[in-house]
Amino acid sequence: MELEIPDSDASADTGGWTVLTATGEIDVAAAPGLREKLVELIEDGTNELVVDLEGVDFIDSTGLGVLVGAVRRARAADGDVRLVCTNSRLLKVFDVTGLDDVFAIADSIDDAVGMATDGS
Amino acid sequence: MAEIHLEIPPRLDYLAVVRLVVATAAALDPPLPESRLDDLRLAVTEACSNAIKAHRPEAEDEPVIVSCHLESDCFRVDIRDRGPGFDPDALSELPDTNDPERLQHESGLGIPLIRVLTDDVTFEPADDGTIVSMTLDRPDTEESILTP
Repeated sequence: MELEIPDSDASADTGGWTVLTATGEIDVAAAPGLREKLVELIEDGTNELVVDLEGVDFIDSTGLGVLVGAVRRARAADGDVRLVCTNSRLLKVFDVTGLDDVFAIADSIDDAVGMATDGS
Repeated sequence: MAEIHLEIPPRLDYLAVVRLVVATAAALDPPLPESRLDDLRLAVTEACSNAIKAHRPEAEDEPVIVSCHLESDCFRVDIRDRGPGFDPDALSELPDTNDPERLQHESGLGIPLIRVLTDDVTFEPADDGTIVSMTLDRPDTEESILTP
């Protein structure tokens, strides 16, 4: 299991959005690291976040829960968390859990940044 | 029928090993379709993480046991822990995804995922714990829940 989360200083600012790149498998063992990073960013005022999941090949329910929590925290601060994901395995997990209705999911970072504020 | 038996310490960092071993066993002839291996990897991860969390406080020095049963018409994996047990039917339902209240819930997806990803699942009390038994059928035409 590998999870690479760049330091906030290394996150690329894109149109005011901060891009966080995750790679590897986000399972119950790795998810706490992702949660910690997302909470830290949002509490520090970085509440417009794109989480790039293009390098992620597995996510479990704990990983999904971390993303749900990040969306809640960001939206409570008038921001949002948007996902970049084209991996059909992950997209189907979002689909079968119904979380594709909760997350704003884009094909690319540019598309994520360019989404309307309602996620469409 | 062949069996593959795996004993792991009750540690979450062993889940990747369990995924690898179980999916490799399920890929043996006659293999499950690749798409169903994705279902299996996720279902096993959910069940085994629950087992480890329940087992660890009760029997930290004892292994969680994962048994793969390679049958001609199905692949079955049993996960046995020594936790206090639970009633899967007593779990409360999550709010609808269109309900803003849904964002208040970061957990509760594991058991529903297991149910939707497998063809059959049982949660049976054992003498000193719980056995979760998950079955995936082998028909060539079986479609994966996770298949696009």
